[in-house]
Amino acid sequence: MSDSEDQHIEKRSPGRGARTEGGSQLGNRFNSRLREAFGSSPFILTKFDKFMNWVRGSSMFMLQFGIACCSLEMMHSYTTKHDLDRFGAGVPRASPRQADVIIVPGTIVSKFAPRMKRVYDQMPEPKFVVGMGNCTASGGPFQKGYNVVKGAEEVIPVDIQVPGCPPRPEALIYGVAKLQERVANGESAPVVVKPYELERFGDLKRDDVVEELSDRIDEETLVMQYNWVEGNTP
Amino acid sequence: MSTPEESERELRPAESAVDYDAVEDLLGDRAVGRETHSNAEAFEIRPDEVQEVLTLLKREAGFDHLSCLTAQEYEDRYESIYHLRKYDDPTQEVGVIVPTPRDEPVHESAEPVYRTADWHEREAYDLVGTEFEGHPDLRRILLPETWVGHPLSKDYDKEQPQVVTLEEHKNPLAEDHRNRESDTMMLNIGPHHPATHGVLHLKTVLDGEQVVDVEPDVGYLHRCEEQMAQNGHYRHEIMPYPDRWDYSSHYPNEHAYARAVEDLADIEVPEYAKVLRTMTSEFGRILGHMLAVGTFCLDIYGDFTAIFMYSMMERDRVFDICEDLAGARMMPNYFRVGGVAWDLPEPREDWIEKVRNYLDGLPGRLEELHDLISGNEILQERTVNVGIIDPEVAKQYGCTGPVARASGIDYDIRRDDPYSYYPELDWNVVTRDAGDNYARTLARLGEVEESARIIGQCADLLEDWPEDERTIQSNVPRTLKPPDGKETYKTVEASKGELGIYMRSDGTAKPARFKIRSPDYHNLHALPEMAEGEYVADLVAALGSLDIVLGSVDR
Repeated sequence: MSDSEDQHIEKRSPGRGARTEGGSQLGNRFNSRLREAFGSSPFILTKFDKFMNWVRGSSMFMLQFGIACCSLEMMHSYTTKHDLDRFGAGVPRASPRQADVIIVPGTIVSKFAPRMKRVYDQMPEPKFVVGMGNCTASGGPFQKGYNVVKGAEEVIPVDIQVPGCPPRPEALIYGVAKLQERVANGESAPVVVKPYELERFGDLKRDDVVEELSDRIDEETLVMQYNWVEGNTP
Repeated sequence: MSTPEESERELRPAESAVDYDAVEDLLGDRAVGRETHSNAEAFEIRPDEVQEVLTLLKREAGFDHLSCLTAQEYEDRYESIYHLRKYDDPTQEVGVIVPTPRDEPVHESAEPVYRTADWHEREAYDLVGTEFEGHPDLRRILLPETWVGHPLSKDYDKEQPQVVTLEEHKNPLAEDHRNRESDTMMLNIGPHHPATHGVLHLKTVLDGEQVVDVEPDVGYLHRCEEQMAQNGHYRHEIMPYPDRWDYSSHYPNEHAYARAVEDLADIEVPEYAKVLRTMTSEFGRILGHMLAVGTFCLDIYGDFTAIFMYSMMERDRVFDICEDLAGARMMPNYFRVGGVAWDLPEPREDWIEKVRNYLDGLPGRLEELHDLISGNEILQERTVNVGIIDPEVAKQYGCTGPVARASGIDYDIRRDDPYSYYPELDWNVVTRDAGDNYARTLARLGEVEESARIIGQCADLLEDWPEDERTIQSNVPRTLKPPDGKETYKTVEASKGELGIYMRSDGTAKPARFKIRSPDYHNLHALPEMAEGEYVADLVAALGSLDIVLGSVDR
C-alpha cells in the first residue's frame, strides 16, 4: 500500500511543485507545466489517500453474513425493491477474504461470538463494520438472556449502528450510505476496548469455572471468556 | 407442471376423544398417578419404566408421534412430560409424566422408542439438567459444550463467568478409519456459510464427493426464548417474542402463543378477530414459503438469480399489505391475548381492494415461478429423487409441516386439530408422495395457492361483516393470572410445521414454565437420513429443502 502511494506521489511531483511554487496559486494551477503537458484535456489534482478513500467508499463489498432476523431485512435491501447496489455497495461476497464491510445482522450469543471474531479477523484491512439492529447495540430484546452477548461492540469495533428491531431496508441503506460517506471522508473507526478477546485457555485466571473445566480443555485451546456481571449492569 | 394430489381426508371437527380409562387399564400398575392437563390426561410413571410405558402406548394405543418433551424443576422434584399424540388424529393426546427426585434427576431415555427423543432429551439435559439413562449421546446441544450449569434449573448462577472454546473440529469418524489409506475428509460447513441459511454448523465427513456422516451442530442462535417468556407477563410482554422465533413468517408463531394462553386462561376470541388471525397467519405462511423457495433455488443455482429475486419481491408485496394492517414489515406484534391489535385500516374497501389485487396477480406470478422451478430441467436433475425421506422414518423423527406432507404424511394441525376460523373455510391440505427435495418445494408452492384461497375467503368475510359486530378483542383482565397449577400443551400449524407451546401457571402473572416445540428443530434432526450417502452438493440441496430458520431451531 505505502509503496504504491509513494510511487504515485513521485509521478505527480511536478504538479505539486507547481502548486507550491509561490506567486498566485490560481495562475500556477492553470498555467503549470502539467497544463502544458495535458493541453486542453481536463484533469484533477488530488491527494492519493483522498482518491483511495473515495474509491473505497464508492465500491464496498459486503460480506454475505446472516445471523438472525435482521438478515432477512438485509436480503430485502439487496433485492429488487430496495437494491442496495444502486449505491455502490451491493456485492455480497461469500468469503470474508474478499469483503470490505461486515454487516452484523442479529443477536450474538456466547457460542457464536468467537466464530464471528474469527470471521472478522479474516477480512483484509481496511475493514468496516455496520451493526444492524438493537441486538448488536445492546443485546436488544434478548439483553437479559443468559447466553446473549450484550452488543457487537463487545467483540468487534462497530463503525455505524443502525437501530431498529429489525431496521427497515431504508434504514440499513441510510446506514450504509453514511458509512460510505465516512469512508470517503477518511474518518476511520475508533478503536474500542474489546473485553472479550480470544486467548489461550492456559492463560486464563484460575477461577471456579476455569478449575471446573481444566480437565476438559487443553491449555493451548483458544477460548473466549464472558464476564456476565459487568455486561449485565442495569 | 403436475397438480398436487389433494388430500382425501375431509375437514373435520374434533371427535373421538381418547378413552383415558382404557389407557389407564393398558398401563396397569405402571401408572402410579393421573393428572388432568388442559389439553389431555397425563399419567405419572416410575423413572425406570419409561421405555416400557412408551412402547406400550406406541404399539398398543397408537400414539406414534412424540410431539414434545418438557423438562422442568419444581421446589421438590424434577419432572419430564412426554406429550404424545397420533399422526392420524392429533386431537388424541396423552401425557406421560416422569417425576424424579431433586438430588438425582435421572430417568430412562425414550430414544429407543422414538428416534426424535434424542434431540428432545439432549435439550432437556442442556437447559434443565435432567439426565437420561440409555441415551446414545447425551451432550449439550444448544449451549457450548464447556458451559457450566443448567440455565433453566433453579440454582443456576446467572452471573458466573463462562468460557467458550474455539478449536479445530476433530474428525468424528477418525477412530473408525485407522487405516492410513482411508480417504475420508472432515468438512465443516458453517457456522458462517451462505448455504446454511443462518448460523448452523454441519460437521460433515466426506468420502470423495459422498457424504459418509453429517451431524448438525446447532445453538449458534440460542437466544434464551424460553427464559424470556418465563420472565414476561402473559398479557403483553410475551407476544413480541414469538415473532422472533420463526422470523420468516411471524404471524403463525403469534397464533401459537395466543392459542396456548387462551386455553390456559379460558379466554374466548371474537369471531371477527378469528378471521383476522386466520388471514394474517396465511399471509405469514406465504412469507415463509416464499423465502423457503427463493433461498432453496439460490442454493441450487448458487447466485442471486431470478427465482430468488422474484420470491423476495413476492415477500415485499405481502409486507406492503401487512404493514398497512399491523404497522410493521417484520415483527408486527399484531395478535393480542383475546383478539388482535387493530381492525382493518380505513378506508376498509381500499385495503380489501389491495388484497384482492394481490390475489388476482398471484396465480400468474406462481405460474412464472413454476416455469422457473418445476419446468426447469436443471433444477429437476438436482432435486428429483434426491434427499428422500420415507414416511415411517419421518414419523420417527417427528417431522411435520411441508417436510412430512411431501413424504405423504397427511398431517396438518389446521385441519386435524382445528382452531381459529379454519374449520369454516374451504381449502385443501397439499400432500405429495415422493418425499424428495423436489416434492418438498412443490408442496410449499401448492400451499401458497391454498393460503391464497383462504385469504380470499377471509377478505369476503371481512367485507360483509356487519359493522356493529366488529369486535377485535374480548374482555381480558389487565393482569392475567391463570389458575394455579394449570398446565396445557397446544399446537398450531406454522409455516414450518407443528409449533407447540407448553405452559404451566403457578397463579402469578408470569408462566412458571414455558416450553417451545419448534418444528424446524425436529425437521433438521432428520437431515442425516436424507443426506448420508448422497453427494455433498445434494446435502446442501436437502438442507435448503428442509427450510429451517435458525431462530426457530435454536430458540
